[in-house]
Amino acid sequence: MTRIVLSRGDISRAIRRIAHEILERNKGAENLLLLGIPTRGVTLAERLQRDISEIEGRPVEMGSIDITLHRDDLRLRPPRPLSPTKIPVSGIEGKDVVLVDDVFFSGRTIRAALDALGELGRPSTVQLAVLVDRGHRELPIRADYVGKNLPTARSESVRVRLSPLEEIDEVVIEG
Amino acid sequence: MTMRTVLSNGVDLDGRRVNLEIEGDRITSIESAPVGRSHDDVDVVDLKGMTIAPALVDLHTHLREPGKEDAETVASGSAAAVRGGFGAISAMPNTNPVADTAGVVEQVFSLGIEAGLCDVFPIGAVTVGQGGEQLAEILAMAESRAQVRVFSDDGHCVSDPVLMRRALEYVKIFDGVIAQHAEDPALTRGAQMNEGAVSARLGLKGWPAVAEEAIIARDVLLADHVGSRLHICHVSTAGSVEIIRWAKARGIRVTAEVTPHHLLLTEDLATSFDPVYKVNPPLRSSADVMALREGLADGTIDIIATDHAPHPEEAKECEWDAAAFGMIGLETALAISNKAMVDSGLMNFSELIARMSSKPAEIAGYREHIDPLKVGRVASLMIVDRARTWQVDRQNSVSRSKNTPFHGTEVGCYVHDVMYKGSWVMREGTVLG
Amino acid sequence: MKLPRHLLSVDDLTRESAIAILDTAAELSKLSDGKMKKLPTLRGRAVVNLFYEDSTRTRISFETAAKRLSADVINFNAKGSSVSKGESLKDTALTLQAMGADAVIIRHPSSGAPQRLADSGWIKGPVINAGDGTRQHPTQALLDAFTIRNRFGRLGGGLDGLRLAIVGDILHSRVARSNIFLASMLGAEVTLIAPPTLLPVEIDQWPVDVSYRIDSKINEFDIVMPLRIQRERMNQGYFPTEREFSRHYGLNVDRVAKMKPDAVILHPGPMNRGVEIDAGSADSTRSLIVDQVANGVFVRMAVLYLLMAGSDHSLDHDTEGEGA
Repeated sequence: MTRIVLSRGDISRAIRRIAHEILERNKGAENLLLLGIPTRGVTLAERLQRDISEIEGRPVEMGSIDITLHRDDLRLRPPRPLSPTKIPVSGIEGKDVVLVDDVFFSGRTIRAALDALGELGRPSTVQLAVLVDRGHRELPIRADYVGKNLPTARSESVRVRLSPLEEIDEVVIEG
Repeated sequence: MTMRTVLSNGVDLDGRRVNLEIEGDRITSIESAPVGRSHDDVDVVDLKGMTIAPALVDLHTHLREPGKEDAETVASGSAAAVRGGFGAISAMPNTNPVADTAGVVEQVFSLGIEAGLCDVFPIGAVTVGQGGEQLAEILAMAESRAQVRVFSDDGHCVSDPVLMRRALEYVKIFDGVIAQHAEDPALTRGAQMNEGAVSARLGLKGWPAVAEEAIIARDVLLADHVGSRLHICHVSTAGSVEIIRWAKARGIRVTAEVTPHHLLLTEDLATSFDPVYKVNPPLRSSADVMALREGLADGTIDIIATDHAPHPEEAKECEWDAAAFGMIGLETALAISNKAMVDSGLMNFSELIARMSSKPAEIAGYREHIDPLKVGRVASLMIVDRARTWQVDRQNSVSRSKNTPFHGTEVGCYVHDVMYKGSWVMREGTVLG
Repeated sequence: MKLPRHLLSVDDLTRESAIAILDTAAELSKLSDGKMKKLPTLRGRAVVNLFYEDSTRTRISFETAAKRLSADVINFNAKGSSVSKGESLKDTALTLQAMGADAVIIRHPSSGAPQRLADSGWIKGPVINAGDGTRQHPTQALLDAFTIRNRFGRLGGGLDGLRLAIVGDILHSRVARSNIFLASMLGAEVTLIAPPTLLPVEIDQWPVDVSYRIDSKINEFDIVMPLRIQRERMNQGYFPTEREFSRHYGLNVDRVAKMKPDAVILHPGPMNRGVEIDAGSADSTRSLIVDQVANGVFVRMAVLYLLMAGSDHSLDHDTEGEGA
């Protein structure tokens, strides 16, 4: 059984709203660094970057941080290929880093991202923006910006599709 | 009261019904009709259509005693021989001490009699210590109780051409024969496997075919020149077969042997780096295997000889370079030779048996085995179930060593029983005593 | 995509899996640039360097790679051949397994020893060949391919169309064997330049061109790789004198001047300066020898990660994962 929970319009409106929220809380874009977690977190971070730049009329820094090597569940699955980690030359020191990911679930990915960030320097703050929060946290981690709260059963799957990776933007729940 | 045995319902090598009667150590009758007398002192064995064949004769066996008894002894080697259907084996002299004196060959000879399972004929060394420098006391060995007629430095080549000439001349005294291990040592220093495309890929030092062929070419010409007999051990290359064919066509008195493993296995097995496949001479290409089979079929190669070479586990359970050369082969010789030659249609069973029994006996002069299975001859024979297939299992090896390359292979030709000089030494696949 | 369980030879790889290793190494190299030098990926795992031959540089390279992934490293310097001196390969392996080795990196003078170790069942984890006899040195070929790929801008791909020349003692070189078969697999055209005495028999069965002379062809290659020539070979009659070898097969500044403008020089090390390569060539701007060393660590990290970190031997391409 598959049901669509976010349409294309829902997604773009949610991103827009999160962009405003980030700017409000951080009082502008000057010290911001958006870091997307591959793969879809990067697509989302790019859209956030576009929206924030439009709203503020100035560019905002963006990069990606691959957390594969910091995962705590590596031995449970075959090895994964690495995705690019691209940090701007100015680094993360003293910045307000906003981690961006598509689905927030157990929290372990974010824990790995925090470990990875720890190797790179000391940001001023680390905040988390997610498109969908589906609950079932296994670690004491919370998101600062949430596109949509989606209560789900553990057995269900949440699938996020974003262009250009897929043909259309949508979020569905399967099972 | 002399023991009498009747073997009924058997077939001969050509598949015809045959029944044998044995009294004491001699065959007393061979009939196509069943021998119907039943007395209390007669053991009648119903062979149920199994084949009666002469016991086999091996011209190339390593028994390791004296000196390396952890690998094999004369007794355990004799038992392995019986399991393979052999009634006579020839103990190569590369023992420790080397069998280069009357004393050592007589010791080996006595150990064979003591084991009492088959004839053990010692082969004497050609040179002292097999060192290739000085002739051993060949005449003393020939006149000892062991009555040695075959001499070999096997394991090493008699590479000095002058020494080889002298040895060939010397054995004419008693019509003996030198059995040459053809391997030019300079060309094979450090060699690990056949030199070719496979060794190039595997980074293992190669053993070129020419190292064998060049020695054979030299020795057939020497034998011709001095008018002596020559025997070539374990021929392994197509080129060697061609040279021997040429020599025989010219009337040179050369004979040659091939091992069962060289009739079946090729160098590709070395890609596993499992040293069970490491042997001297090495496994060669499939073209060589084909040439050896054809050479055996057309008589260029006269006989099959096992080159049974037992080694303890630790000599094979290591990296290739460090492993010893050699494979055991007494127990599987008939089955593997049958698979390579009879199953492939190159030879019939009767001819195969001749090349593994009477022919080797002729070369070495083992009189009792030359004209077997006739009335009045010694009753050393084997009963073979040609229809029964079995799987080679290294754990069931009767030999003390387990280094067989055939583990897991399905074969036919099951040796069921063996009789030695009129007494059973193996019944239903189990060696007695 | 299937990854091999052990890395014993470049024959264990396909074009796909080789490129996956190179791509992983590429990401790892960027992480190191960006200061992320230590990763927790193999924390709690033990890697053993089982070296039966002296080799400081390769051992240190593997050690560095393992430590950057937070693995524990045990160095086991075994010497001597199996049967005649010291502990057998089997006993050493059983000891290491009992001590908790999760992976064994082995360098051995006997061709095929790593395969014996892998096939024996004495070791439970992956076996990685750091050089066996004259047979294979797969991580060397991988780091050479990585170095070439970077220099020629072939990120994400192979070595298609590039022309590689390997010069010198091919017969006794495991680096040559691994490079020939890996580079061909990745689409390069390989030429061997050596005197006939230093070429294996039946070389026509290999995916290579062969030339006995260097000068007429030196301007055709994108990469020239001279191999170390060992002095012992001289005494065994493979060539008459070092001088003759160097004069006719050595890479010197005159020959280097004739190379294509963008052509580069690699060398597996250690070098015999003045024999197969002169100082001017080794130190020239065309030489990537120093890069090779740095790249060695990234490639070995990639191999350790891909063979040890996951649960089985395939690469997990499922990117529609269950999220954060």
